[in-house]
Amino acid sequence: MKEALLVLAAGAGLALLLVLTLAAFGQDVGTSLRLLADGAFGDKYGIGRTAVRACPLILCALGLTVAWRAGMYNIGGEGQYLTGAVAGGFIYQVVSGVGPVVFHVVGLLGAAAAGAGLAWFAGWLEVKRGVQVVISTILMNFIVLKLVEWLVRGPLQEPNGLLPTSERLSREMMLARPDPQTDFHIGIWVVPIAILATWFWLYRTRAGFLNRAVGENQHAVRAAGQKPAHLRLRAMMISGALCGLAGGIDYMGWAGQISDGFSQEWGFIAIPVALLGALNPFGVAAAGVYFAALFAGSKELERFSQLDSSVVLVVQAAAVLGIVWAASWMKNRQQGGSE
Amino acid sequence: MTWILVIIGIFRFAAPVAFAAIGETISEKSGLINIGIEGIMMMAAFTAALVSEVTGSPWLGLAAGAGGGLVMGDIQSGFVIRLAADQIVVGMGLNLLGIGLSRTLYRIRWGGADAIVQVPELPDFGGWADPVVLTLPFVAWGAHWLIFKSRWGLAARAAGEYPEAAESAGFSVQMIRFKAHLLGALLAGVGGAYLSLGISGSFSEELTAGRGFVAIALVTFGRWKPMGVLGAALLIGAAEQLQFWLQGLGLGVPHQLFGALPYVLALAVLAASVQRTRAPQALAQPYIKVK
Repeated sequence: MKEALLVLAAGAGLALLLVLTLAAFGQDVGTSLRLLADGAFGDKYGIGRTAVRACPLILCALGLTVAWRAGMYNIGGEGQYLTGAVAGGFIYQVVSGVGPVVFHVVGLLGAAAAGAGLAWFAGWLEVKRGVQVVISTILMNFIVLKLVEWLVRGPLQEPNGLLPTSERLSREMMLARPDPQTDFHIGIWVVPIAILATWFWLYRTRAGFLNRAVGENQHAVRAAGQKPAHLRLRAMMISGALCGLAGGIDYMGWAGQISDGFSQEWGFIAIPVALLGALNPFGVAAAGVYFAALFAGSKELERFSQLDSSVVLVVQAAAVLGIVWAASWMKNRQQGGSE
Repeated sequence: MTWILVIIGIFRFAAPVAFAAIGETISEKSGLINIGIEGIMMMAAFTAALVSEVTGSPWLGLAAGAGGGLVMGDIQSGFVIRLAADQIVVGMGLNLLGIGLSRTLYRIRWGGADAIVQVPELPDFGGWADPVVLTLPFVAWGAHWLIFKSRWGLAARAAGEYPEAAESAGFSVQMIRFKAHLLGALLAGVGGAYLSLGISGSFSEELTAGRGFVAIALVTFGRWKPMGVLGAALLIGAAEQLQFWLQGLGLGVPHQLFGALPYVLALAVLAASVQRTRAPQALAQPYIKVK
């Protein structure tokens, strides 16, 4: 009951922040909200737009959730997402002749493995070499970004060698679209599965329990005979795998090719989504859909007003800071402490 | 003579990130990690460009940029010091705020995202001696003196290593961290303002291009010492210059790979050395005063 109230309050708070932000920028709130809603849910195109944005946001945020819950501040969702896409691109060069099913299965597994590998390296640097994950993943984001800039002009470049992009996937090689007019593709079905699986793993398995425990108190975990370093490395690998998978799915289902601007900062924007979802998979799902809808809706907003998707970042910022404030207010009240 | 120009060029490219990183060093020494520098720099770059355009004075713009940094830092300190909230969470919130706000205001002020904005730039005497860049070594030296030679610095280092000891020696950990944090935000503001007024003479949505994040890495790279941090920033600046130089030669060398070089270098140095240089013990730990 109390939890339901909290969720309700959070939802109302998010809606209020959106209204306040729009008003603060001098927009007509009613018109702006209608434009946003039209762009996000108004027709099948809007729903498709929202769905393809929710996919990378939620998958990356789930990944970050697993790592942050284990006390590993993985900021590298962006780099791991791009690495996944690049792995997909290389796998395409090898197995493109075999057919779409093999390409999709091998490609997505490869994307997840590549993201996991990169995240594992960041985790290894922390547990073995003492380099904080926060720092190393930030650096890796830049390294991967620069590598992609080179790859799409080098080994991954389209066969004609003219454009700085990888070869465009043919329609058969893309993940199928039930309605070719919309962005919706079958890869998005991975998202609900990932939400349920992450929740089950975190809350219903021993491994997931240990993952949360090592983030809360690593000394207790060690006293119980577990190795914190192993648990944290595992958390990083799962985290990277989910981010890499997101990159692979976007490559095969949405973008169809890799170029400089492949990632629209999804791995970065997923951080507030994970935080606003209270690092809980169902919360992450709700926050992911909400912000995906705002990003999709802002396409419409962009056409008719001065605002664009940047305004969504302001809403996210206000929400993150608002939650931090609310959490410390509640903690104070519970302790009966006076400020 | 050319090698002097090369060095000046390196200093110019390194300056924004160097100012921010020196500021972050002071903050981290007192126990606060500021992940929100990117947002502070973006906001400062925007404020500086706006004020410079409106008043026609780049110097007022520079002051406004520094002031913008201070305001952002002040907001942040309310959360991380007064509420003792998680520094990384709040820092990410501040990044989103600075990036989202500056981009949105930029659109409202100057129209579409592709608008090219020219604002009055800071002068450079004799074509090379840029006053902001010239102060950089003094700022680094000043930070070194403040942290390692002054009485306040001793208390700040205590707050970063073992805050309870600093508190029982009669210092207010919260006040020390507040001052250190504001100083860091101010310097990040100067760095951001220099980006728009000193280097590009304009504002764009991708102006900072992740420099705020690089600054955080540089502090570790420079081993929490202002002079070391300045050196690390110059190394990154040199690598950037090298990248443009190679690009200009047109040798067919993939210059994007050279773009990755500084970050690979930073990561390699960290991996090789970090265990021998200790971070402040209480870094990123909220301090809650025992009443």
